[in-house]
Amino acid sequence: MKRLMLSGLAAVSLAVAVSSANAADFSPAIVFDMGGKFDKSFNQAAFDGAERFKMESGVAYREFEVTSPTQREQAIRRMAKDGANIVVGIGFAQAPAIEKVAKEFPDTSFAIIDAVVDLPNVRSIVFKEHEGSFLVGMAAALASKTGKVGFVGGMDIPLIRNFAAGYAEGAKYVNPDVEVFQNMTGTTPAAWNDPGKGAELARSQFGRGADVIYAAAGGTGVGVYQAAVDGGKLAIGVDSNQNYLHPGTMLTSMLKRVDVAVENAFKDAKGSMFTAGIQSLGVAEGGVGWALDEHNRSLITPAMEARIEQARKDIVSGKIKVNGYKGS
Amino acid sequence: MIALAPPTQVPRWVTHVLVPVTNLLVAFVIAGIIIAAIGEDPFKAMKLLVLGAFGASDLIGFTLYYTTNFIFTGLAVAIAFHCGLFNIGGEGQAYVGGLGVGLVGLAFSGWPAPIVILIAIAASMAFGAAWAFIPGYLQAKRGSHVVITTIMFNFLAAAMITYLLVEVLIQPGQQAPQSREFDANAWLPFMHDVLRGIGINMGQSSLNLSFVIALIAAFLVWVFIWHTRWGYEIRTVGANQAAAVYAGISPSRNIILAMLISGGLAGMVGINEIIGVHHRLILDFPAGFGFVGIAVALMGRNHPLGIFFAALLFGMLYQGGSELSFDIPTITRDLVVVIQGLVILFSGAMEHVFRPHIIAAYIRIVGGRAVGAAAE
Repeated sequence: MKRLMLSGLAAVSLAVAVSSANAADFSPAIVFDMGGKFDKSFNQAAFDGAERFKMESGVAYREFEVTSPTQREQAIRRMAKDGANIVVGIGFAQAPAIEKVAKEFPDTSFAIIDAVVDLPNVRSIVFKEHEGSFLVGMAAALASKTGKVGFVGGMDIPLIRNFAAGYAEGAKYVNPDVEVFQNMTGTTPAAWNDPGKGAELARSQFGRGADVIYAAAGGTGVGVYQAAVDGGKLAIGVDSNQNYLHPGTMLTSMLKRVDVAVENAFKDAKGSMFTAGIQSLGVAEGGVGWALDEHNRSLITPAMEARIEQARKDIVSGKIKVNGYKGS
Repeated sequence: MIALAPPTQVPRWVTHVLVPVTNLLVAFVIAGIIIAAIGEDPFKAMKLLVLGAFGASDLIGFTLYYTTNFIFTGLAVAIAFHCGLFNIGGEGQAYVGGLGVGLVGLAFSGWPAPIVILIAIAASMAFGAAWAFIPGYLQAKRGSHVVITTIMFNFLAAAMITYLLVEVLIQPGQQAPQSREFDANAWLPFMHDVLRGIGINMGQSSLNLSFVIALIAAFLVWVFIWHTRWGYEIRTVGANQAAAVYAGISPSRNIILAMLISGGLAGMVGINEIIGVHHRLILDFPAGFGFVGIAVALMGRNHPLGIFFAALLFGMLYQGGSELSFDIPTITRDLVVVIQGLVILFSGAMEHVFRPHIIAAYIRIVGGRAVGAAAE
């Protein structure tokens, strides 16, 4: 997967320049959600982006991990009050809080991941997870010998259903007869961090004949990947590139470049290039994709790679349209 | 069962003030050692914790906002304790209570604010009570242990509300599983707005009128438990079921009654969270408040006044703890949980570790006459 920079993507959005302080007293801030910055997946991708910004620019950032819904607004307001130039909220759950605080601090820039907040000082970054999931769904169906593939989701919410829908579309694109098993881990936030249950669901799907499982379940995925190792089957990672976790059984990972989005939000704010509006990042924008590196090179045949890459180009050109989950 | 104030020969200030304060101090000393071990200054951390909770009017507001939740859940656990029941379903009852509040907020657009709010309060109690009724009934009539059933009902509540928010109540055209924002007539006024109305300036916080409702609830629980016949019956059943039957008191009726009240109180967390702060129905708003209520009730010795102070302590730990991790990034939220856990450990689970020693020491110092009395 080529690392595509998102900075050129401002064109996608309605560009509205927002004031920014000079670099000397530049203070960015990030508010992680309940999963915590070390969830090995979504929040951690954001953390990686913030860390990379710190490494490259030498500017420290402020951070907070919320433990209850009320703390979201409290933390975001506190950051803004303390003079942060940009506050990035991680996760759709922070949208109402960002909306409230952004109205109170019109001179501060805000960014929100996975949700849309329509205000002149907020950048809303949403990802087309279904497009990335389509590509790994293809990989799953291409690698499957049984014609059965599995999906393990975290908490049963529309966002995760979108992963599942795109994955199933991708698998069916390759093999219309493919059977796709789907399980959600649970209905509480504990579903994001329950490797034991993840392993159990994976074993059950393997038992029913699946030989590739895609986990979109945060920390729960770790259990799914381990079950794949134990059963000699294949697994697909999510959000961050998780191929390195188990080389040989990690078929690929669906990349959701939250890290790049966070890094760019910080960078743009620092360089007074911050733009508000919606950034909708799909395959075409390099916001989502599939991971191919030395850890899974041996699992992806040249024919598979060619086929997936062709589909990627077709999604970019609009020849393939991935529908995803449309909601109730 | 939980022992309720065993007979002692020492003044109440020893058991009710000295013992809890000692437990608290030990917890803080150990927390301080841990903070020192990760290379931070424990005294600075302690100062930040206290200032973060009480250092400014908006910080006090947040502390009292958390306190409000803990008063509700603490009272809920306490009233069940008095009937000899261990209700660990506060989390689920709060969740369902909030659902009731949310449905009222969504349904009664355009009605006068006081009426909507009163209906919402009634709904929080009714929904929470209904959720506790089933475990209560099963305990009373079928002997299914309430500990098991209430835990299961926590999961059922979470599953039900996730389903409703994902499939039914979700704001159309949106990914996030949350309802639309209520009209402003269903909002419980924030305390800083109320106080501004009478000329007092208070920083903006989540504190709302629910705090007053919580104080009223605490007072009413006190009246109910110690000054009504129903309270007497509940305490009798809690102390000795066989004796209760002999006295003509029906244990099953009182078990159900206690669970109904308990669930209703836990459900009132929904007032604070849903029409008080978020103004929409969201996922996961109970965020563990129901479980912390157990520790609050234990620390508060199941007495409303004690529960108020215990709730205030936990409100301080929550609010001060988050300020602490703002100001010292190496003290992560996980370490804040450790500090809270130590407090719960020493004042709840290990409450009886120091208690006999403190009582013995008191008797040794103050005089031998009480020893003789205690030995009888």
